[in-house]
Amino acid sequence: MNPGNVINLMLDGRPHAVPAGTTLAELVLSLRHEPDAVSTARNGLFMARSLRERCVLQDGDAVVLFRPIVGG
Amino acid sequence: MEPRARSPTTALSNPADDAWQIGGTRLHSRFLLGTAGYPSPQVLSDAIVAARTQVVTVGLKRTLAASGDNGFIAIVRQALKTTGARLLPNTAGCRTAREAVQLAHMARELYDTPWIKLEVVGDEHTLQPDPFELLAGATQLVRDGFTVLPYCTDDLVLCRRLLDAGCPLLMPWGAPIGSGQGLLNPFALRTLRERLPEATLIVDAGIGAPSHAAQALELGFDAVLLNSAVAQSREPVAMAKAFRLAVEAGRQAWRAGVMAPQDFAVASTPVGGEPVLLGDAP
Repeated sequence: MNPGNVINLMLDGRPHAVPAGTTLAELVLSLRHEPDAVSTARNGLFMARSLRERCVLQDGDAVVLFRPIVGG
Repeated sequence: MEPRARSPTTALSNPADDAWQIGGTRLHSRFLLGTAGYPSPQVLSDAIVAARTQVVTVGLKRTLAASGDNGFIAIVRQALKTTGARLLPNTAGCRTAREAVQLAHMARELYDTPWIKLEVVGDEHTLQPDPFELLAGATQLVRDGFTVLPYCTDDLVLCRRLLDAGCPLLMPWGAPIGSGQGLLNPFALRTLRERLPEATLIVDAGIGAPSHAAQALELGFDAVLLNSAVAQSREPVAMAKAFRLAVEAGRQAWRAGVMAPQDFAVASTPVGGEPVLLGDAP
């Protein structure tokens, strides 16, 4: 991957590089998650499923994906 | 203390006459059950059925931090199809209102429900709710259209503020989460019941034994929410049934009117004031 065409994210607190111009929806797919199976936050703010296509990730963005678990 | 609304005796045997509500949803079971820590998905599923619960709690976790869940969530969803129970997602792990609000929005999207058990922890040792962050989060989430069920302390003024913010009910702790110590401060819980007679109150956290659950219902609380006491028992399915029966017993007792304790004896056998044996012994 050409470093000039790459941006660096923090994905669930870990460094993660993606091509520049990657959307949040594309990131979810690239991680092999079903879009409906996870919920997403970008830079600490909830990013609704319906907004992921339009959400072009920027260098330095912090992205967190959540999924259902058991709980009390 | 008198029950808020004592029903006719004839209604006591008919659970259909004793429904309660969460955000307009009528419920008959007063036993909300957590889904964490069970030895297997099948045991969890069987416990949900044995509890006859209508509300089960679930959570959210970061995807990278969460390894496979071994099918627990799938079986929860399957059990809900069978029983008709509803999901109540929580915001466990949040330390600030801002965090909890964002997580609640994610929970609403993932679980497709506006119900949220709002947890905002303020102390790592006791996992005590942070009253200030909790109130701030509840206020925002009510504005955002959520049905907010706040996990709170038993502080009367905080509880009033949460109701004022639009929470449809309150979930004060009985004891720290997972401690199994029961109702550590019955005075505070009784005070909540007395001072907030119209509020729906659920004891959440700290319940370890069915007798604790029965005590909560006897105090006039509307329901209990627990997890560890069932999940960590030797036989969770049997314990789920035991809690169901205790909750039903406690509720029946509240409706029937528990007698007031007193500091002196009152003979229950009506023998009157005369001595049993007349005259002195020879």
